[in-house]
Amino acid sequence: MTILRVSELSKSYIRYGGEFQRILSWFGMQTAPSSRTEVLRDISFELAAGEALGIVGINGAGKSTLLKIITGTLQPSTGSVSVSGRIAAILELAMGFNPDLTGEENVIHGAGLMGFSKAEILAKMPEIEAFAEVGDYFRKPFRIYSSGMQVRVAFAVATAWRPDLLVIDEALSVGDTYFQQKSFKRIEAMKSAGTALLFVSHDRSAILKLCDKALLLSEGSTKAQGVPEAVMNIYNAMLPDLTFVPERLEDSADTTRPFKSGNQQFQFTNVRLLDENRAPVNTVEVGELVTLELVIQANTSKDSLTVGYEIKDRLGYSIFGTNSFDHRIKISEFVEGETFTVQFSFSANLGPGSYSISCALHTGATHVDTCFEWRDLALTFDVLNINKKSFIGACWIEPEITVIR
Amino acid sequence: MPLALKALWNYRHFILTAILSEFRLKFSRSLLGGLWGVLNPLAQVAIFALILSNVLQARIGNVENQYSFALYLSVGLCCWNLFNDIVSRSLTLFIANGQLIKKAAFPKIVLLANLMGACILDNLLLLGAVFGLFFAVGFYPGVTLVALPAVLLLTALLAASLGLILGTLNTFVRDIGQVTPIVLQVLFWFTPIVYPASIIPPALRDLMWLNPVYPLVTAYQNLLLYGIWPNIGDLSTTALLTVCLLLTGGFLYSKAAEEMAEVL
Repeated sequence: MTILRVSELSKSYIRYGGEFQRILSWFGMQTAPSSRTEVLRDISFELAAGEALGIVGINGAGKSTLLKIITGTLQPSTGSVSVSGRIAAILELAMGFNPDLTGEENVIHGAGLMGFSKAEILAKMPEIEAFAEVGDYFRKPFRIYSSGMQVRVAFAVATAWRPDLLVIDEALSVGDTYFQQKSFKRIEAMKSAGTALLFVSHDRSAILKLCDKALLLSEGSTKAQGVPEAVMNIYNAMLPDLTFVPERLEDSADTTRPFKSGNQQFQFTNVRLLDENRAPVNTVEVGELVTLELVIQANTSKDSLTVGYEIKDRLGYSIFGTNSFDHRIKISEFVEGETFTVQFSFSANLGPGSYSISCALHTGATHVDTCFEWRDLALTFDVLNINKKSFIGACWIEPEITVIR
Repeated sequence: MPLALKALWNYRHFILTAILSEFRLKFSRSLLGGLWGVLNPLAQVAIFALILSNVLQARIGNVENQYSFALYLSVGLCCWNLFNDIVSRSLTLFIANGQLIKKAAFPKIVLLANLMGACILDNLLLLGAVFGLFFAVGFYPGVTLVALPAVLLLTALLAASLGLILGTLNTFVRDIGQVTPIVLQVLFWFTPIVYPASIIPPALRDLMWLNPVYPLVTAYQNLLLYGIWPNIGDLSTTALLTVCLLLTGGFLYSKAAEEMAEVL
């Protein structure tokens, strides 16, 4: 069942020559030419019950405007948004809460603003109080709450009733870890009960964890839409170069193929994982000494280069990553056209499973300023536990067990 | 319009709680608490009464009481204050709630209802104080008192309709917020509140009907002081005007609503 359908949605802000022209235009009077600023262009997507869509994009890409149109505080200029069912939006926690009211009174106020009757609110009150876990403070004025406690109450109200569509704007990045996990769990439970989820975040792991698909907004239009990991890769590629366009959009949706971006002033010509005998491998034993060999070609004589890599698990979560900059290894003085090799040797202290390696060539500490090449899924390998004691998890941390009695 | 009424009905609990908590909070950290709600209007009445009643030796019409001027004045002020409060506070209705309008989806008409409720509640306190004054000087209003709620509600609705128009326009053209208080000042002195309507030259008296508050103030004075039932004809005209203003305000707001969240 489709919960949310956004079709060909565009939004422009109209600037009038003067405010009187604006008022005249309400009465159907044609006014002098006025300037339009387009902030959203031709956005289309659908969201079914129980599905989660992550929306990413740099600041000013139009994410918040899109959410405001979906929740109904702004109107689209053209196109349409249709929602079947009730929307709950967490655009800003503690919206409309009054610092002088107690937590309990604010719950009545906030839930009332959401359109619930007093009886419905009072029936839910014990549950809200229990979820917020602010103890005696629940009956004290909101102004003496810590910001974390305010978030707890606000989140408890906003999600007290399971909506058909839940819209969350980076609100989860607040509060302590305990409550963050608790709220994550609640969101996941709602999702499995059939709530469609719209989630705006810059947090790669949160998007990968929660979302079934993702949409990348750039300057108001859809840059990529599809599997979260692929979209996040494009987002990552866009950070140093806003004009980045993947050669074929399908490529980005295919998470089994390497995905690369960058200006190619330096480029990888070969990426291999070698065992101790320098033979290429794609299965590695837990704890085995391996070498990541990156063959790089310089297409410029620029004088400084950072070479880095990142190991990711099969869900795309980062397990470990570092680069030559962080290790204070200077790689410089290149001759145009020269080819050289950088080797990273390490013990594969990883848990059994599939892993991928992303590698990057850029300047400075991160790829955000200038990125020569970023290659996701440059290679994949499996880790097997053959001769170690049985264990679980993403990394191998062998303990020494002492029993004292 | 039916949509707006439905929204108001659905949010009735919210409106009621919001009005009551706002009222409670207003005095929450003061020593005298709710007493201020009565003291403020009383002070206003006292000042006008002292200056105008004693200094100017004013005497009003056929009310047989030595404090008749104070009574006359306070009744007029009751009506005027309600009108004035609602109109002035409506001016910033949307601006003050800008964050809420931008971030939360709810029927905005609720905000106007909250404001109206809060002003009426304040006004009831003033009325209470005025009745206290009545009893203190030994004056008892007649049976016509029962018409007061209707006239009060009409006053509030007229002010809210006007407020909706001005508040909407003020969101875009802030000059409205500067000009309106001046216009209200002028209107106050053009309404027979501190002076009896009888001192107005007959030639000008016909012009008084252009003042929308005039029939309301007159109705207050008639039903509270003179025991005369309000003139239905005059008040119907006011009611008609209220409906027209409300429709205009509703139309303006519906046109402006789309752009309001953008400029706030």
